[in-house]
Amino acid sequence: MTNNKNIIIIAEQQNSKIKSISYELLSKGKDIAEKTGADLFAVLLGEQLDNEANELIYYGADKVFLYQHSSFRDFDPQNFKLNIVNLVQEQKPDLLLLGASHLGRSLAPRLAAALQAGLSADCVGIEVDDEGNIIQIRPAFSGSVLAYVKTKTKPVIATLRYKSTQSRKRDTSRKGEVITREAETIPSLITILRKQKSGDINLTEADIIVSGGRGFKKADDLSILAELAKTCGGVIGASRPLVDDGWIGKEHQVGFSGNTVKPKVYIACGISGSSQHLAGMRRSDIIIAINTDPSAPIFKIADYGIVGDLYEIVPNLISEIKGRIL
Amino acid sequence: MLKIIVPIKQVVDLSHIKFDDDGVGTIENTTGGEINPFDLNALEVAVQIKDKLGATINVISMGEQGADSILKDAIARGATEAFLLEDSAFKDSDTLATSYTIASTIRKMGDFDLIVCGEKSVDGDTGQVGPEIAEHLGIPHVAYVSKIEEIGEKLVLVSDMDGEQHTVECSFPILLTVTKNINTPRLPSLRDKLNSRKAKVEIWHSDDLISEANINRFGNAGSPTFVDKITLPSEGGRKGKTFKGSDLETVKELTNELEKDEILKGFSTK
Ligand SMILES: Cc1cc2nc3c(=O)[nH]c(=O)nc-3n(C[C@H](O)[C@H](O)[C@H](O)COP(=O)(O)OP(=O)(O)OC[C@H]3O[C@@H](n4cnc5c(N)ncnc54)[C@H](O)[C@@H]3O)c2cc1C
Ligand SMILES: Nc1ncnc2c1ncn2[C@@H]1O[C@H](COP(=O)(O)O)[C@@H](O)[C@H]1O
Repeated sequence: MTNNKNIIIIAEQQNSKIKSISYELLSKGKDIAEKTGADLFAVLLGEQLDNEANELIYYGADKVFLYQHSSFRDFDPQNFKLNIVNLVQEQKPDLLLLGASHLGRSLAPRLAAALQAGLSADCVGIEVDDEGNIIQIRPAFSGSVLAYVKTKTKPVIATLRYKSTQSRKRDTSRKGEVITREAETIPSLITILRKQKSGDINLTEADIIVSGGRGFKKADDLSILAELAKTCGGVIGASRPLVDDGWIGKEHQVGFSGNTVKPKVYIACGISGSSQHLAGMRRSDIIIAINTDPSAPIFKIADYGIVGDLYEIVPNLISEIKGRIL
Repeated sequence: MLKIIVPIKQVVDLSHIKFDDDGVGTIENTTGGEINPFDLNALEVAVQIKDKLGATINVISMGEQGADSILKDAIARGATEAFLLEDSAFKDSDTLATSYTIASTIRKMGDFDLIVCGEKSVDGDTGQVGPEIAEHLGIPHVAYVSKIEEIGEKLVLVSDMDGEQHTVECSFPILLTVTKNINTPRLPSLRDKLNSRKAKVEIWHSDDLISEANINRFGNAGSPTFVDKITLPSEGGRKGKTFKGSDLETVKELTNELEKDEILKGFSTK
């Protein structure tokens, strides 16, 4: 096997724990590696990761390149770039895959510019055609269309959205190699003074989201939405007008200018289904819509729709669900 | 006085894409676009700094000739000088070629302190061009800036990073990509709008950049990626089962169905 058939994924960690996006990247990398016969490598930068690094092997990596340095605890675009560029020039991978996280979207363009390589951001799929070309599938125009992108040069660099693929099963019998590399650093030009959580809800990771829109007549009425969320074990989402009116925090907003979500179940209550809202939730596994207007666009992408008044339906739904799942 | 640069993109909306029966689209005639809405936030950041500390604001757009209207719009909103990068050699640029061309332009302009980019463009949807410009220029960048706490000798910024907010300190020169939450862009006054019609837009072609750039890295030649095709996402596989009525009986019909399809199983009362 020639060594330029490698695939490299950039793993992410927080507080010396590997983040789940890393396993999704490995899973996607493995899909492609199985087709092209490539080796799958992971890069991990951070500190105190000696044991964690093995997790990447359990989830599919053949080799892990580990860079440990106290200044890698937090993300520093220029220092991360420096080390990864060196590795890419040495290993000459066909594909370099990052998460479409804030970190990935801040780092990938720096890598691309430094390597003069092509970059496709925010991919929802990556495939290999019969000639071995890597095809990057990404939404454009706020998710209204899908673009199929090809790259003329190597490496192909892409960032992959959360939950575009499922991580594989953790297999502790998998064998691989953790290779510790000397970290190279330059003095950082950016100092982190403070870190804080940006609100305690994380819509992008939620399995069940119960969302409300303009169909609610006043802020207080959102209490029935909260009750429904509690009943299903879900978190609350909202369309933008509710956020703009200050009824609910921005971190709850779903859509083009809010969060992109892909829960197992998305329940839209009193949401019409504007293109900007759909852009953030159309990839949900199951969509349930509640709306008085049978012609509301949300019904076009719903698996289950109920045409009626949310003020009656939601309380009925709560009691029905309670009766059935207890 | 601070020297600020704001790259702004002309974008078109979906109505400019035409689809054939197979759902494969092509982008038609793109004149008459508007400023990428996210770039209005970037421009507003610059104008607020100008109001507070005094600054020059150069706006740059790489695009077709029609893009001079968005540059005039930017002047109406507070930019001081406008540059249009327009040349057939820039055609079919992907983000690498775009960022390289803009970075070369910035280099040619001379000294600068701050570059502010939008979070992303609404058509390309990528958010890559900003950090790529920073890399071409060899300067640091801070992405997803949602607040500027201090600006002076040093900058103190809040950057949104994957569920955390990082308060960071850095100094000039620096490139920022800013989120929609950072401000509410002002509307230009009618007078500024009228005045801007007469404003001069400097037009630069590829040979104006020869001293700074390798022209083989412009346009199609400098673009490693290309779009093979565009399709409409399929909503296939949706069940599309609809019930009518708000009463308990109808809701029961729905929950029966949900139970049958094993969807209720995923719910857990907390
Ligand atoms: C640049 C830009 C970015 C945007 N980003 C976003 C974004 O990120 N997220 C987002 O959501 N929007 C976004 N929008 C706004 C978007 O265009 C829509 O205005 C918004 O999504 C509409 O929200 P809605 O569905 O709650 O309200 P509406 O469109 O007003 O729909 C309310 C629905 O409730 C139904 N209804 C009314 N009463 C009842 C009742 N008693 N029971 C049941 N149903 C009822 C109505 O039939 C209607 O369908 C953006 C807009 C722009 C221009
Ligand atoms: N053609 C262009 N001309 C000027 N600025 C651009 C252009 N394309 C992108 N930008 C800038 O880069 C940012 C990110 O764009 P994108 O990477 O296309 O999502 C935009 O918000 C603009 O600030």
